[in-house]
Parts: sequence; structure tokens; C-alpha cells
Amino acid sequence: MLKLITPFMQIVDVPMRALQGLLGPRRLAWVFLLPNLFVFGFFTFLPVILNFFYATTGSDHILLQDRPFVGMTNFGQLMNCQSYLDPNTCQIDVFWRAVHNTLWFIVLQVGFMVVFSMITALILNRKIRARGFFRAVFFFPVLLSPVVVALVWKWILQDQGALNAVLDYLGYPTVNWLLSPTWAFAWSIFLSVWFHMGFYTLILLAGLQAIPRDVYEAAAMDAASPWRVFRKITLPLLMPTMVVVMVLALIKGVQTFDEIYAFTGGGPGSATTLVIQYIYQNGFSAAPRLFGLASAASILVAIVLVALTAVQLWITRRNANG
Amino acid sequence: MTPFLTRTRGRQRLHWTDWLAYAYLCLGVLLMFGPVLWLVISSFKTERELQHYPPRLLPYVQKMEKVPGYSDPLPVFKVTAGPLAGQEVAQVRRIGIVSQVVRPDAPQTIVKVPIKDRKPVEHVALATSNYAKLFKRFNFFQFFYNSTFITVVATIITLLINSMAAFALSKYDFRGRGTVMALIIGTLMIPPTVVLVPLFLIVRDFGMIDTLWGVIIPGAATPTGVFLLRQYMLTIPDEILDAARMDKASEWKIYWRIILPLSAPALAVLAILSIMWRWNDFLWPLIALQRQEHFTLQLALNSFRGEFNTDWASLLAMTVLTLVPIVAVFAFLQKYIATGIASTGGK
Repeated sequence: MLKLITPFMQIVDVPMRALQGLLGPRRLAWVFLLPNLFVFGFFTFLPVILNFFYATTGSDHILLQDRPFVGMTNFGQLMNCQSYLDPNTCQIDVFWRAVHNTLWFIVLQVGFMVVFSMITALILNRKIRARGFFRAVFFFPVLLSPVVVALVWKWILQDQGALNAVLDYLGYPTVNWLLSPTWAFAWSIFLSVWFHMGFYTLILLAGLQAIPRDVYEAAAMDAASPWRVFRKITLPLLMPTMVVVMVLALIKGVQTFDEIYAFTGGGPGSATTLVIQYIYQNGFSAAPRLFGLASAASILVAIVLVALTAVQLWITRRNANG
Repeated sequence: MTPFLTRTRGRQRLHWTDWLAYAYLCLGVLLMFGPVLWLVISSFKTERELQHYPPRLLPYVQKMEKVPGYSDPLPVFKVTAGPLAGQEVAQVRRIGIVSQVVRPDAPQTIVKVPIKDRKPVEHVALATSNYAKLFKRFNFFQFFYNSTFITVVATIITLLINSMAAFALSKYDFRGRGTVMALIIGTLMIPPTVVLVPLFLIVRDFGMIDTLWGVIIPGAATPTGVFLLRQYMLTIPDEILDAARMDKASEWKIYWRIILPLSAPALAVLAILSIMWRWNDFLWPLIALQRQEHFTLQLALNSFRGEFNTDWASLLAMTVLTLVPIVAVFAFLQKYIATGIASTGGK
């Protein structure tokens, strides 16, 4: 590896030396920043600005000069509902169904995730044998790809799959899991918790291990019951970590797409269609390609994400300051 | 015996809560490992075995026997009724509900046996037919090459340009540094999922739609990477740099002879994260890559997944081959990954 790098770096050294003579070492910093800023500029900042142009123009053309200006029409269409609680009364019912699905999805997913990763972290924090092994077991799904995770569970849940075989064996009726809207949604949440739980367990475990030992020793002196120790010491001292976990899980929950799309394709019907999938379908998979609606929807998602990230930064800073 | 087994290292008996904890952990092992293990086992089953309901735990393969006078090995059955009951026979062909069989010791005389009166002779074995079929029928190596190319090239580019930027931001004091830092913090809030439409236009204008470069370049400058490396480089003392400058080393040489080797631990963490992101990446490749010959493994897996009839035999084998490299690499680096992911928030 080094043998490959060295000649390359030596070649780059020639123009860089010339630039250094020309600009001086201080302004050379910009040369070091340039490739990164180029990529950031073209593929992150420019898209953010262009997104507003797409959101305020109509038609299915991709080139901006071909798109007529329509003002806030796209947002108006998205928000045009008689009742936000009932997607059927909305002009664009698929979008609102996706919003409802996403809301339910993140509430349930984050809830289960926090509870189960908390239990797992508490147990892994005990004096147990083979702790490293058990920690790895809960963590390893994080490394898998979303498509692989989706297929692993699809294989178990398919009509003639392992789960139905077990139910059959125990004498229960079998279910066609992914063709039932309720079950497909429930399994989507389960799959997502299964997939990401290890990551949050790891963060909570680090939080638990940061609690000073002597607090527990003092509690043991007072012969406090385990439940009381948990409620009065562990939980309050772990609260900052819990909040970070919740906000992180919310941010990722809003952006969920890959594993659910590969798992159910958003179906049956639109039972498991989430907001990002709505954007993807409008812009890229189904004709006509309504880029304006997709962009408008993605701006609404971005607003939610920016708000959540701001909360996250605020909390991390507050935690850091004590 | 029981006290011996239940004794912990502290020589105390296990409390009932310990039992509960171990029960939970064992259930966890079953739930976390079980499904993946089931997939791996299933991928080694023959296509006929995959149709078997209820599914059997282990992969079974039918016994095949070479019979004189027939070029291919013949499947072996055990006859359960009729004059041949209890004997093992080789099936020559099957016509409707009647199967024509021969006894291996008398290959000339064909006997007819109703198919309900015969049972396949099976033994546990790993069938590699799914893998063979995958290589023959699908362009597996093309997908594998695409995924590997994207992962390797993107990781190299990410390490290079992010470490350059981190070097500039940690070791130089120049006007506009604060602004650049703020802009990079800002990009943390903008995941690619919310700028898909304009990103598509820009990548298209660069002529990179439906090319592997269109997947590699847009995600090469990661704010996470710049941060991680910058925090690490701040701990490298400036005196080393000044000493090198005394010796007339160019700034570029300082960067790659001093800064890069000293930041190796942080670079390793970023490399691991980048490999993981790129190998598992899905949404942007799904949009940017259109022709099948440019598909990554993840896209190929997704495209095989039919709505109603899925070719599970090939799909299972391909899933296993997709997850093996990442699991193999990370089995050795588990510790670094865990700390890397925990310290950066995963993205």
C-alpha cells in the first residue's frame, strides 16, 4: 500500500511546492480545502439552494429552464387537507398517508428501541460471563446492509417460511404476514428495532459505565433496594444519554427508507410507505415525475430534521457544560 | 453438581436476577443470530428442499448413484410398498404418477413403481447448486466488482480529501476558517435524503448519472470525516511541524509524511465507517444507477426481489455472498468499529 502511495504523493508534491512559493504557506490552506469544498459545494450546498427552485416550479421537466414558476402551489397541494388526521380528505392522500405512517413508525420504533436497548444495556452492564460475546451479538446487525436485513426477515416471514411452520407445528393458524397491512407495519417496526438496537445499546452502555462507582457504593451502604437504586441513581444519571439516544433515533427514524422499501416495497397498498419513499416515488420511480412535489415534500422533511438536529446540538452542548 | 455449575467467579451462588439476565441474553442470541444463521443454512439447500414445507432445519440432499448403462448419476429412492418394498432403487425417469426405477445390481430390468410408494433417500449435506446457478445465470461478478470498486475508490478519495481539509482546518490559521467550519457543521443537518431531486440534476449535468463515479463523488466529502480527523489532528503538537519546516520540508510533505502517519488511528476509524457506508449504501445508487450492468450488490439483491414470485434459491445465495465480506472484515475489527460508530453517531 505504502509503495503505491509514495510515488503519487511525490508527484503531487511538485505542483504543491510551486503553489506554496506562489501563495505562501497560509493561503495554501485553501488549496488543501479545495477538493473537499468543491464536493461540498456542488453536491450539498448547491442542491439545497436548487431544491427551493424545484419546489416552486411545476411540470415533469428536470431542467430548471423548462419548468414554469408556480409559487407555493406545490406546498399548497401538499398541505391541502380538510382534516390532517384523515389522509382521505387530503388532495394528495398518499403524502399524508406516508406522513401518518412515518409518525406512527417513529413513535413506536423509538419507544421500543429505547426500552429494549435500555434493558439490554443494563443487563450487559452486570457482572456476566462472556460479556464481549453478548455485546457483539446485539451489535452485529448494525453492520448488515438494509437490503440483507430485509431479505433475512422476508425469508422467515414468507407464506411458507419458518415462522408459519412453527405456528403450524404449535397448532396455530398461519398468517400471510406481509400481505396484511397491520402485520406488515408491525413487522417493519420490529425489523427496524432489530436492525438498529445494537447501536443505541452501545451508546447507553457507555453512559452506564460513565456513572461513578462510589455512588452505587454509597447506596449499598444505605442498603437501598435494587429498584430504588435504579430509580434514584441510574435513571437520573443516565437521563442525558437517554435524551441523546432518543433524538438520534428520531432523526434517523424520519429518514427511514432502505430497509422498509426492500422489505415491503411500501405495501401492501401504501400501508408501509414512509415519507422518504413518497419523495423517491414522486421524483424517480413512477411517471409522471413530479419533481416539484418531491422537492416540496423534502423541504418539509428537512425543516423537521433541522429542528431535531438543533435540539440535539443544544442538548449535547448542555451536557458537555455539565 | 448444581452448586458447581451455578458458582460464579465471586464464588457466590447466582441470584435469581442473574438467571433472568442469562435467559434474556440467550433469547437475544437466538433472535439476533438465528435469522441470519437460518438464511445461511437455507442458502445451502437444493431448490427442491427449499420448496419443502414445513422447512427442515438442516439441508438435506438426495443420494445419487452411478448406475452402469446411464451416463448421469440417478436419484436413489427407498420403496415403501409392493414387491420391492424395503429396497433402494435408482429412478431412471418419472412419467406422471409412475416412476421407472432400476435396482443398482440389476440395471437392465426397469421396474415401475407408483410415486406414492417411494421415498427419497437423503442425507445431510451442503448443496452448492444455488451458488453455481448464481454464477452461471446472473452477472454476479459484475455486481461484486461494482460494489467493490465503489467501496474502495470512494474510501480512498474520502480519506484523502477529508484529511487534507482536516489538516487545513486544524493546523493553519487563516481568514475564513470559522466560516468554513460553520458551513461544514451545517451540512451535518442536510442528509442526502432531502436533496435527491437537485442532486440528480447536478450529477446528470456532470455526466455522471448511470456511472459508478456518480455514486462515488457526491458522498466523498463527509462532515463526519472532517470532524473526526480534525479533532484528532488538533492533538498533534505544532512543534513537530515547525521542526520539519526548519528542515525545508514543503507543506504537502508535512501533510503526508507527518500528519497522515500520526493520524493513522483516526484514519482507520474513518476508513471502517466509509467501507460500511459505501458497501451498504442503497438509496442514492438506486437513483443514480440505471442499467443493470452498473448495479451494486445491494441494488441487484433488491431487483431480484419480486412482488409475488421471488427466485429465493439465487436470492439466498447472493444475500450470503453480500454479507460475507463485511462480516469477515469486521469480525477482526469489532473493537474499532464499535468505538468508531459510538464516537461519531454512526453517520
